[in-house]
Amino acid sequence: MSFLPTGTVYGVLLNFRAEFDALAPRMHEPPYKAPPKAPVLYVKTANTWTPSGGAIAVPARAPEVEVGATVGMVFGEAGRVAGYVLMNDLSVPHASFFRPPVKFKCLDGFLGIGPALREGGDPDRFSLEVRIDGELRHAADFSQLVRSAAQLRADVGEFMTLRPGDVLMLGCNAGRPLAKAGQRIEITAPGFEPLVNTLVQEAA
Amino acid sequence: MKHARVVFEGRTFDATERDGQLLLADGRTAAFDAVQWLPPLAPLTSPARPRTVLALGLNYADHAKELEFKAPEEPLVFVKGEGALIGHRQITRRPKGVQFMHYECELAVVVGRTARKVKRGDAYDFIAGYTVANDYAIRDYLENWYRPNLRVKNRDTCTPIGPWLVDAADVPDPQALALSTTVNGQVTQRGSTKDMIFDVPFLIEYFSSFMTLSPGDLILTGTPDGVVDCKHGDVIVTEIERVGALMNTIEES
Repeated sequence: MSFLPTGTVYGVLLNFRAEFDALAPRMHEPPYKAPPKAPVLYVKTANTWTPSGGAIAVPARAPEVEVGATVGMVFGEAGRVAGYVLMNDLSVPHASFFRPPVKFKCLDGFLGIGPALREGGDPDRFSLEVRIDGELRHAADFSQLVRSAAQLRADVGEFMTLRPGDVLMLGCNAGRPLAKAGQRIEITAPGFEPLVNTLVQEAA
Repeated sequence: MKHARVVFEGRTFDATERDGQLLLADGRTAAFDAVQWLPPLAPLTSPARPRTVLALGLNYADHAKELEFKAPEEPLVFVKGEGALIGHRQITRRPKGVQFMHYECELAVVVGRTARKVKRGDAYDFIAGYTVANDYAIRDYLENWYRPNLRVKNRDTCTPIGPWLVDAADVPDPQALALSTTVNGQVTQRGSTKDMIFDVPFLIEYFSSFMTLSPGDLILTGTPDGVVDCKHGDVIVTEIERVGALMNTIEES
């Protein structure tokens, strides 16, 4: 039986330094007017969840989707971390981060979820690679976070409780690759079972 | 019928309203003030999954104007975690030092059937019922990143909901309901659901065009003009005709 969360899955924007730095020159301009202070969060609703091995349907309006490979921190009782899981956080590419990204991120199936929970491990030392149709297209090193896993957890916990079963993803690195229907996305990371999903064209 | 979930004598019960009292699932009755009220929605099980809570911003023309925004051309939508929800007659926390925290009285739609690519003409077939939500916002924490950001909209205790889930059959026209809020008994907000920019059938069609809605999911449909600051000790009642009056107390800490 593959792993699926039981609580709310939260994602965070701009938590890799390279991703933050790439946008930094525009952060003081409208509509943002200032760099973010609190973690910039979003929710991947339960309709987005796809187990590892599952096909993910891509609608015609999104010829290519952005692959956001990351690690989700899974919570247990009393705010303790129960473990970590690979996540494939897909988005319809969008240039503005002013409004919540529901129609870009909450499409059916748009979150691939690793096959198993990894208990333990030091999230500051995690790294991952993304292969599309076998070709290495992306890498992320979790020592390069703006907020470390521990800091992110603390800053989010300042205003909301992370409940048993909730998942907090640690962020996606800059240079997220694009993929289209027919392609196979594989996310691998030392200490984790690989997460594989194939994109298919949505039935008309 | 009006459905509630309450804690009575240490146990959680489904209950219904009867003659001004709660009729518990085990046949006993209890007074409204003898129970702790929970959100009127049972946790989703088999398989366990989080409820999707979609919420609208700027969905009444007057409120959009009040906040100096032009009316949106498509729905302004954000998502809450289920953990933000609390029940009727509970405490909502106002952080010390905050300048502007306001209520938002909203009609909440509870999905009754799996909804995928539903046309607006069929939308009402997919609704189980309605409840009242008070979608508090603390404007001090607004930032222009995925605005309204979760620090404003997903805080513990900041989304009271209830007291009742009212069956859709008992609300023949959800687009013609008077809506009001009182603070310590003084009316501060008045409106009507007829003034929504994007009405309930539109929203069901819009969401279900790209995301499947499941039974128990929620859509909070936005609030009209008339939001005011809420201080420590204030008793806030958000009320919607035919659906209910949701009471809540602010506590600074």
